[in-house]
Amino acid sequence: MNGGDEVVAAPAGPPQPLDWKFSQVFGERTAGEEVQEVDIISAIEFDKTGDHLATGDRGGRVVLFERTDTKDHGVPRRDLERIDYPICRHPEFRYKTEFQSHEPEFDYLKSLEIEEKINKIRWCQTANGALFLLSTNDKTIKFWKVQEKKVKKISDMNLDPSKAVGNGSIASSSNSCSPKPCVANGGSPDRSYNDLGNDFSFPPGGVASLRLPVVTSLETNLVARCRRVYAHAHDYHINSISNNSDGETFISADDLRINLWNLEISNQSFNIVDVKPANMEDLTEVITSAEFHPSHCNMLAYSSSKGSIRLIDLRQSALCDSHAKLFEEPEAPGSRSFFTEIIASISDIKFAKDGRYILSRDYMTLKLWDINMDSGPVATFQVHEYLRPKLCDLYENDSIFDKFECCLSGDGLRVATGSYSNLFRVFGCAPGSTEATTLEASKNPMRRQVQTPSRPSRSLSSITRVVRRGAEAPGVDANGNSFDFTTKLLHLAWHPTENSIACAAANSLYMYYA
Amino acid sequence: MAMIDEPLYPIAVLIDELKNEDIQLRLNSIRRLSTIARALGEERTRKELIPFLSENNDDDDEVLLAMAEELGVFIPYVGGVEFANVLLPPLETLCTVEETCVRDKAVESLCRIGAQMREQDLVESFIPLVKRLAAGEWFTARVSSCGLFHIAYPSAPDALKTELRAIYSQLCQDDMPMVRRSAATNLGKFAATVEAPHLKVDIMSMFDDLTQDDQDSVRLLAVEGCAALGKLLESPDCVAHILPVIVNFSQDKSWRVRYMVANQLYELCEAVGPEPTRSDLVPAYVRLLRDNEAEVRIAAAGKVTKFCRILSPELAIQHILPCVKELSTDSSQHVRSALASVIMGMAPVLGKDATIEQLLPIFLSLLKDEFPDVRLNIISKLDQVNQVIGIDLLSQSLLPAIVELAEDRHWRVRLAIIEYIPLLASQLGVGFFDDKLGALCMQWLKDKVYSIRDAAANNVKRLAEEFGPQWAMQHIVPQVLDMINNPHYLYRMTILHAISLLAPVMGPEITCSNLLPLVINASKDRVPNIKFNVAKVLQSLIPIVDQSVVEKTIRPCLVELSEDPDVDVRFFAGQALESSDQVMMSS
Repeated sequence: MNGGDEVVAAPAGPPQPLDWKFSQVFGERTAGEEVQEVDIISAIEFDKTGDHLATGDRGGRVVLFERTDTKDHGVPRRDLERIDYPICRHPEFRYKTEFQSHEPEFDYLKSLEIEEKINKIRWCQTANGALFLLSTNDKTIKFWKVQEKKVKKISDMNLDPSKAVGNGSIASSSNSCSPKPCVANGGSPDRSYNDLGNDFSFPPGGVASLRLPVVTSLETNLVARCRRVYAHAHDYHINSISNNSDGETFISADDLRINLWNLEISNQSFNIVDVKPANMEDLTEVITSAEFHPSHCNMLAYSSSKGSIRLIDLRQSALCDSHAKLFEEPEAPGSRSFFTEIIASISDIKFAKDGRYILSRDYMTLKLWDINMDSGPVATFQVHEYLRPKLCDLYENDSIFDKFECCLSGDGLRVATGSYSNLFRVFGCAPGSTEATTLEASKNPMRRQVQTPSRPSRSLSSITRVVRRGAEAPGVDANGNSFDFTTKLLHLAWHPTENSIACAAANSLYMYYA
Repeated sequence: MAMIDEPLYPIAVLIDELKNEDIQLRLNSIRRLSTIARALGEERTRKELIPFLSENNDDDDEVLLAMAEELGVFIPYVGGVEFANVLLPPLETLCTVEETCVRDKAVESLCRIGAQMREQDLVESFIPLVKRLAAGEWFTARVSSCGLFHIAYPSAPDALKTELRAIYSQLCQDDMPMVRRSAATNLGKFAATVEAPHLKVDIMSMFDDLTQDDQDSVRLLAVEGCAALGKLLESPDCVAHILPVIVNFSQDKSWRVRYMVANQLYELCEAVGPEPTRSDLVPAYVRLLRDNEAEVRIAAAGKVTKFCRILSPELAIQHILPCVKELSTDSSQHVRSALASVIMGMAPVLGKDATIEQLLPIFLSLLKDEFPDVRLNIISKLDQVNQVIGIDLLSQSLLPAIVELAEDRHWRVRLAIIEYIPLLASQLGVGFFDDKLGALCMQWLKDKVYSIRDAAANNVKRLAEEFGPQWAMQHIVPQVLDMINNPHYLYRMTILHAISLLAPVMGPEITCSNLLPLVINASKDRVPNIKFNVAKVLQSLIPIVDQSVVEKTIRPCLVELSEDPDVDVRFFAGQALESSDQVMMSS
């Protein structure tokens, strides 16, 4: 495991906190520009090498970016990583292509609109320079192949008079001079050559006058083709997809079930987890996220709305209703409130690269679990503790149900997750580390830490303010920390090999490095 | 333009369309590649067409798939076997594309060509190709290479053989699971070409690697290799090397691996011989029949007959039968269903006495199973047991089972049992049928579900075929015809349909005397749907009955219908009249 090597190589003691710098922004909003709902980014994912980045948005589009800083020199990136000099480069990306992955649909049987919003993107194994990825909305998963194709310019046709004769006297009137009323390229409806039987006789040496077409232009452009559609397997909304390390299967999870697919077979899938109770009134817990182990093809983890993570072993049985391991934090006595269950719900889980740790995000915290220790998390990070007194407001305006994602660095030493007001936080999780950085998704990520906001006049009004659903006004808490429910940073991803984070603030993609 | 002679015009179009924008036209051209090749002649095919195809390989997968297939039979068009090597380059590129089905087809075509190539050409061009693919940068090339070794290996000189074995061993340990899976899949084929001494050393060590792979998906395929390898090795070697592996696999942590073992195990019995079968394979199989995972028991139960055929009856009775008894009351309906679909085949294996004593109670309990599929599976294989013990012992239990299925809530179950009625009728005989089943057949004609009524009409016809027109006239036709007076028009329509099916079986006489009058009568029905169906039925009766009957009875009726106020009735009556005109003209 690469991650493992790097941990060993790190100097003793916790690593120094990272100094984050702004790198790039795509789709930056100009002042006063209204954000279009369809442009809001809803998924971000780096591929395994970190050379490509994909984002999905609410309009069903997938946008691909490619790394530019490693392309222009000959040294393979792997070797570069081993060279021990201060990194003068940081990952830089450029727009590569985009395509419409999903369209809005209507389920006529259930009278339900199916949004085109991309819920998740996962990269698959590349082959021959073609990129492969899976994208999903609430119901349908699609397998995409993005590939450079030659733009064909054909010349030297047998039947194109302007090329064949070349004196221009009959230019561009191919139809009129054809021996039969036939369009040059065979557009003729009677398809005369279909009558050619195999007994059609040719001279033994062949016919000298026949020529093969010549392809002249070798320009290329990127083409995205949908290779397979995995549909009609989910009654509820798909919240996760995850590739298996065996390279041939993947899972998709909705609120109550997890299905296993073969990438090559789109018309059948196997149900491996089903938590649907016989009577829906008995429903107390739903699946919120699921992911395969990065190297053990038989293991997968899924999280629930009650704050537990279950690890299952596909080898044990065909239907994995019983888990191999359960990770749950015992409830602290006396702390129970109306919100306890709501904020315990896990919105995202991620395996660390070495497969030993699982990172989970619930509403208030990030937790790191060791899969060898099911008594409790090995570390807990408070993401926005200052919001705890505000839970009531957050419940009133539904923000408490926001689903924040989380991510780990490739070396497993740090974790990151988003918050409100376009903030995101990076924590060091190496033993002894106290690193806890707050950054803002803007061109000046460290602004928040210098700034000491003091607008006490607003604080009183924020307490007495009548809370409206989906309140738009930014709130300010008792300490003067302003927060804005509407600008939430839900989606972010850590580069697989370098300290670089891509995060989405509404329709803009911000990239940072350290 | 002037250069293209008139007869060549279609060929010229075909060639141009190799590069048309429209994928259908390109596909069409590729499928006629042999025609193009013949038009160009052998030399230009080699020098121009094949290089052209090699260069233009970034086409859509459908086109590439067609190209891969065509090239496999292209040797005659390039000038025969001595020029076969010119076909390798385009197929080599196709072996590296991303789409699995294209690669598989390219490998298949390469094997086909390689099998015809001269030995020297194989060494000079085919083997280097295999080596290039095996060293390919992308896994796609390496995956493809695995399927070519069995063609390349036999003609290689000794040094090269050693190298090829080493390369294959590398592929078995590739980083990509896809490559290891391909190596595992093709190991059996490759092993069949390897000399015995190397088989025992090199191939067995590769096999060992694959059996210990940490990817389930690779180990699964290694299981499949067990049987193939087992057949290549001599019995003692097989016992020494394969047997421990398969016994290990039968206790693998992964149920999918055990599932594969359950499917394959019987194939190994012959390879290892009777004694190890008794001492090792039978216990392993018994374990699989009692596995925790239902999927594994399903696979094992499905092979129970095949396995017992290999064993001696004593072993089967002693070891397998107790498990079969347990499985017949398994908690999973799918296990019982799998068992029911094969258990009848055990009767000939065990012989009459053991069947009556041991199997019959199991048959009977499965016939009473709560899950309809189980009962249906038993009924569908009734003929096998009938030969051994006769049907009488079963018939008492059969009837309630059939009746229950016939009245099942789910129409698909009813449909399934209807399909078996002719089989049952032939096995049980006329007497049994008359007493018990006749009424059911009539009842289905009045089912609520159209598919059942449709199947019931068909069933009536098949019974008439089985027992002959005389019997049908006595036992089923009158009852069927009675129903033409049913107050519900949909049922009347079913009867019309049954009549149109029965008529060809019953022959012209009965049709004219018994069936036709009813149809004519029905033309006065008040429901237009009945009337236009009458027109359709009459049309179908025209070829069966005598010309005079058509003139006297059928045509007047159709003429009347063709003046009906309802437009559909007029339409179908018109159609029927037209066809009767045609029949008249032709006769």
